[in-house]
Amino acid sequence: MTARIPVRALGVVIALAILGLFPLIFSNPTDTTIAVFTLIFMVSASAWNMFSGNSGYIALGHAVYYGCGAYALTLLANHLGFAAGWGVFALVPVAGIVAGLVAIPTGLIALRARRHTFVVITIAFMFIFQLAASNLGFTGGTSGLQPPTPLWSVTTYNDNFYWVTAIVLVFTVALAWAVRRSRFGLQLLAIRDDEERARGLGVRVGRVKLSAFVLSAIPIGMAGAIYAYFLGQIFPQFAFDPLFDLSIALMAFMGGLGTVAGPLLGALVLESLQQYFTIQSGASQVYLIIYGALFLAVVLLLPRGIIPSVEELIRNRRARSAGGAGSGPPEPEDRGAGVVKPAGVA
Amino acid sequence: MSPLLEAEGVCKSFGGLQALSECSLSVAKGSISGLIGPNGSGKTTLFNVMTGYERCSEGQIRFDGESIARATPERVFGLGIGRTFQITRLFFRLSVLENMLVATQRHEGWLRGVLRGAGSAAERERALELLEFVGLERLAHTPAGNLSYGQRKLLELASLLVADPSVLLLDEPTAGVNPTLINQLTERIRELNRAGKTFLVVEHNMEFVMGLCHQVTVLHQGRTLVTGSPETVRADPAVLDAYLGGGDDDDDF
Repeated sequence: MTARIPVRALGVVIALAILGLFPLIFSNPTDTTIAVFTLIFMVSASAWNMFSGNSGYIALGHAVYYGCGAYALTLLANHLGFAAGWGVFALVPVAGIVAGLVAIPTGLIALRARRHTFVVITIAFMFIFQLAASNLGFTGGTSGLQPPTPLWSVTTYNDNFYWVTAIVLVFTVALAWAVRRSRFGLQLLAIRDDEERARGLGVRVGRVKLSAFVLSAIPIGMAGAIYAYFLGQIFPQFAFDPLFDLSIALMAFMGGLGTVAGPLLGALVLESLQQYFTIQSGASQVYLIIYGALFLAVVLLLPRGIIPSVEELIRNRRARSAGGAGSGPPEPEDRGAGVVKPAGVA
Repeated sequence: MSPLLEAEGVCKSFGGLQALSECSLSVAKGSISGLIGPNGSGKTTLFNVMTGYERCSEGQIRFDGESIARATPERVFGLGIGRTFQITRLFFRLSVLENMLVATQRHEGWLRGVLRGAGSAAERERALELLEFVGLERLAHTPAGNLSYGQRKLLELASLLVADPSVLLLDEPTAGVNPTLINQLTERIRELNRAGKTFLVVEHNMEFVMGLCHQVTVLHQGRTLVTGSPETVRADPAVLDAYLGGGDDDDDF
């Protein structure tokens, strides 16, 4: 117990140092592009976990808020006549608020249902929004929209996006940490374990669930906004992408559902590998097979995720500190066929 | 003395099954009341109706004169009625201490709940005191899922006390608990009662009920059969009939 806090503090300092030093060491635009995408997914997985990981309600429709953030930034920048450059970044928090506002009615409806039905409703919302974006006039339909493109050099472009995303990430992780240690977070965990009993102990479950839902949509909306501005174009099938939902859920599951560090670790590993392989092989859909296999492996071998499993391992080691016969960590094997979902048109 | 908690003419049916029909019950302030009856007589349903988990189709529930027939479980607890469940319900992946802290938000707004840590120093201290009261203080940091059945029962009771409710509804507190722990539980209930808490206890353990309760109500097939002191109830022929096969139910005690 006593040794734990300095270890944690040390971990945070090291993580922040890596975050700050990365673009200084790896200034190659290929690396920083991977880094920006990875940070976007770290934000998203962490925010998703804030609601789903803590409450046990597995939402598979948070792409709604990602897409709303992406469209909000693009539409606002275009219609309010924002010049390309730093000014557009001011719309990132606004996009987060728009996503949060969209999360209120959608969350209210989805959270009327429990567990499995809830999952189905969130997926339905995702497709409704995708279809709406494809068919409404103001979203540009299937040809999508283009936010203003800043005229920075490639290196500056990536660096600027890196720093902005890093700030959003720090904000998100701080929020996730605050939620986790707050009374509100304890209520969410109580709901995860036994919602009926939580009600019987005076937890206003409806209010708690909805506010966590909205709170988790805000950083995801900000991530979507950065994504749109970074890519310079958005299409309905990528802004509201079912694979986005599966990815962030897998990241959180793999790292450790309901922990602060887990989703960050999951996103760091999966997104950077995916981007790396995409750039290396050019085959952008290969990762889907790996994701499928990995999902199976995680669910079967590490159902609680990496962080809780490693923590337990360390605890067990400490408990029998003398024993040298500790078995190694269970290594996930990539066996079993992954289910490949048809992706949007690439 | 005026009843603190009162059910009057309560009816509740599940499909074709009439679980409660015209059932009435009153719990005097400061008393320990027992609710007994054969299996399936509607005891737990009555608990559920009184605590907002089920809605009664007819009848009235009053707490301190105010109707709570339409209140949600959250509100019922907020008013000061705590309950335990027949099959113990805890937050199994949370630690024993965290289980204790869940109920502490009782008089607090949402925003403060987000901004404040889970449990102030004073609340933690109070939670630990209550754990000591039920003899679980050594286990404060163990996951609740690791406790024995009897310890779970004690934790469930203690976690209600955190919010200082005025009435405690206990659903079969002694079921599956060993005799030593039952004695401990009896002592704790007496002690809390002396401190002013009102109890309503559903039990099958007759020794426990007759030794503890000031007043006993017998339910049979969803109706209130008889209400009175343990002695009167024990001697009532209708009760013996209900329990010992005057009808078609197959209960053993």
